[in-house]
Amino acid sequence: MIEVANAAVPAVIELRSADKIFANGMRGLAPIDLCVRPGEFVTLIGPSGCGKSTLLKLMANLIAPTAGQLGWWGEGFERVGEAGHQIAFVFQEPTLMPWSRVDANVRLPLDFARVPHPVALPRVDAALAQVNLTEFRRHYPRQLSGGMRMRVSIARALVTDPDLLLMDEPFGALDEFTRNKLDDDLLRLSFERRLTTIFVTHSLYEAVFLSTRVIVMAANPGRIFAEFPVDEPEPRGDDFRTSARFAELARGLSKILNEASVASERGT
Amino acid sequence: MSEPTVGVRTVAPIVVGILILAVWEGACRFWHVPSYLFPTPSAIVAALVNNWPTLLRALGTTLAITLQAFAVAVVLGTLIAFVFVQNKAIEASFFPYAVLLQVTPVVAVAPLIIILVKNTALSLTICATVVAIFPVISNTTIGLHSVDPGLLSYFRMNKATRLETLLRLRIPSALPFFLAGLRIASGLALIGAVVAEFVAGTGGQSAGLAYQILQAGFQLDIPLMFAALFLIALSGVVLYLAMVALNNALLGHWHESAMAEEK
Repeated sequence: MIEVANAAVPAVIELRSADKIFANGMRGLAPIDLCVRPGEFVTLIGPSGCGKSTLLKLMANLIAPTAGQLGWWGEGFERVGEAGHQIAFVFQEPTLMPWSRVDANVRLPLDFARVPHPVALPRVDAALAQVNLTEFRRHYPRQLSGGMRMRVSIARALVTDPDLLLMDEPFGALDEFTRNKLDDDLLRLSFERRLTTIFVTHSLYEAVFLSTRVIVMAANPGRIFAEFPVDEPEPRGDDFRTSARFAELARGLSKILNEASVASERGT
Repeated sequence: MSEPTVGVRTVAPIVVGILILAVWEGACRFWHVPSYLFPTPSAIVAALVNNWPTLLRALGTTLAITLQAFAVAVVLGTLIAFVFVQNKAIEASFFPYAVLLQVTPVVAVAPLIIILVKNTALSLTICATVVAIFPVISNTTIGLHSVDPGLLSYFRMNKATRLETLLRLRIPSALPFFLAGLRIASGLALIGAVVAEFVAGTGGQSAGLAYQILQAGFQLDIPLMFAALFLIALSGVVLYLAMVALNNALLGHWHESAMAEEK
């Protein structure tokens, strides 16, 4: 039922035979066909060198495809940034400005968009409240822990009210406890705000917990190896992590990942 | 071992200084060292007090040249650095000449500048500027280049203009490097001013501290020589402390270089 409804609305992002050959002649990505629909939480996972970060950078227009096409809401990248076409990117590192306080860091994308201060301030407050950092708004990034800095980075993404959220292993450098906590928060936010999210990770447990669909990639050359739907209804709580259903899904995904790993070595 | 407190760090060097002065005074008196060979600290203080008007005027001259040269070096050096980072070709073409300027000893160039430039004060300022400018150019150039690549990507992705990237990313990133350059340049400007004055050997109303040292040497007035030397060293310390204070005022909240006191 939902599938049919989704098929009627245009894809948030669509790749048609988009590939990437680097300047040194290395093939980063074989031609990729992919379509992400509104409200999906898609995770990219695979062995190192499978091009998952490259694929995400293509979708953020940080790099251009060598051949093939990309469409955002059925159009070119020029219209990204307009109402309803807002993309936010969260990096592996928090990438905050160390010389600016937390609130100024969160306000940065609104400054770029020329949002006047009286309009920007409540939005910054709301974004900080969503990541539970309201009382740290006047702190400098260096005064915060790694997990808190990452939450500032997420607040900076949320403040633009994004229609598409791209995240490149955002919690990879954090300890498991902090990572689980941030995963919970992210899932709650994404459900509340009906975000469309594309998320790169190394952790198969994180992939199962967050995704509505996992895309397993393989290397030599970087390509999509398999798709793995996670048809667990939302909202998902911490009890999902310890459920038999979760273990079963993780086992299934693990099997496909092992196959992808073997295929990466053989290059087939 | 625990970190020494701020109190210890202030008091300890003062105690050491007093001890050195006491031993110096005692040794000179005990062995009856003549003051034209090595004066006692008390003789130096006496020379400082007796020649105060002359020394004060000389200090004013030297400081004026130092500060003018420092100001020109900062403004010109920063401008050159900004031009360098606009274009790799410009940087590659001109940077070797900035290095050439740096590695040529000022003592060797000073006579030429003094001959070419009629106005003495101006020629001294040029000499001191030549010495002080390199750390400003070099540090500011490195600073403007050392931008966090992640933040640069973030700015690009948000379609930040060139001006926004310069004002909100490149300049703040360069600030710690620029300030470290200032700290070196302030000391070099003083050295340049003193060295150039030695070479020029100008006397009269506009005589600086270096000239006082030369004169005192000719007259074997060694206490006066020490007094002038003391004033030069003191100027250097004050300049350095002023640069540290500027560094802490501008970077205190966010940069490691200004957070040494913090645990």
